[in-house]
Amino acid sequence: MAYSDKVLDHYENPRNVGSLDKNDPQVGTGMVGAPACGDVMKLQIKVNDSGIIEDAKFKTYGCGSAIASSSLVTEWLKGKSLDEAAEIKNSAIAEELALPPVKIHCSVLAEDAIKAAVADLKSKQSDKEVA
Amino acid sequence: MQKNHFELFGLPARFSIDLQALDQLYRKIQSEVHPDRFAAASSAERLKSMQLATEANEAYQILKNPTSRARHLLQLQGIDTHEDSNTAMPADFLMLQMEWREAIEEASAASDIDALDNLLSETRKTARQLQQQLHALLDQPDAIAAAAETVRKLSFIDKVQADIGHAINKLQDA
Repeated sequence: MAYSDKVLDHYENPRNVGSLDKNDPQVGTGMVGAPACGDVMKLQIKVNDSGIIEDAKFKTYGCGSAIASSSLVTEWLKGKSLDEAAEIKNSAIAEELALPPVKIHCSVLAEDAIKAAVADLKSKQSDKEVA
Repeated sequence: MQKNHFELFGLPARFSIDLQALDQLYRKIQSEVHPDRFAAASSAERLKSMQLATEANEAYQILKNPTSRARHLLQLQGIDTHEDSNTAMPADFLMLQMEWREAIEEASAASDIDALDNLLSETRKTARQLQQQLHALLDQPDAIAAAAETVRKLSFIDKVQADIGHAINKLQDA
């Protein structure tokens, strides 16, 4: 199957690969997996004191579309608030990367990873408020 | 309605299965519906025998593999394991998947077939533990959600094992 140019670009030059300190109270970590294809995705976001995402990193094991989807969303996430981040839809990722129908689940994985990272950060922040 | 693949072989719909018996029953059906036996039969009979052969082959493949056998048992109870849409897995399990994936990359880069063999044994051990859990889970009506998650985990491990196999083959061919 032929990958789109945008997928190839992200696959060959992935943006923001790496890790942030998962114990940092400003960092949210989302880990998700797709049983059907065995892909695993870890997405981390770091917010500044105004609650804006200033950094995002990912580590993904999977096909080119899964890597491209996570690379793309790390670019999109920077500068967004948590609520804006949670609005990112898999359909937008799939459209940007021109993913074929059989690869739509890769964009779903990226959307779910964002949601998981945002939820992790929000739960950390509410713990802090309680404490 | 989901077709019951156990019925075709006259086996009880259970996770514990006698694989030798399954092999024999499958071979018996395949010999009964072999095209040679239907050379002189009517086209309707030939078609029917071919359909049965296809059905038996599909059922055999599903029942032989513990993951697809468990998935099938859940489907018979009306439960979808959502392996293509449920991406929420326990974090420790996903961490283990990451570690295995990293280990495959490292061993492949170092052309270390022994390391890949060891990794394969490790994944088999984890798979066996999950299969043992399934024995217990599939018998409890209130444990269906846990059983579905265990099937998703095994599905992951099947894929990892296939990828380790490919990595080993690649090194052996090199």
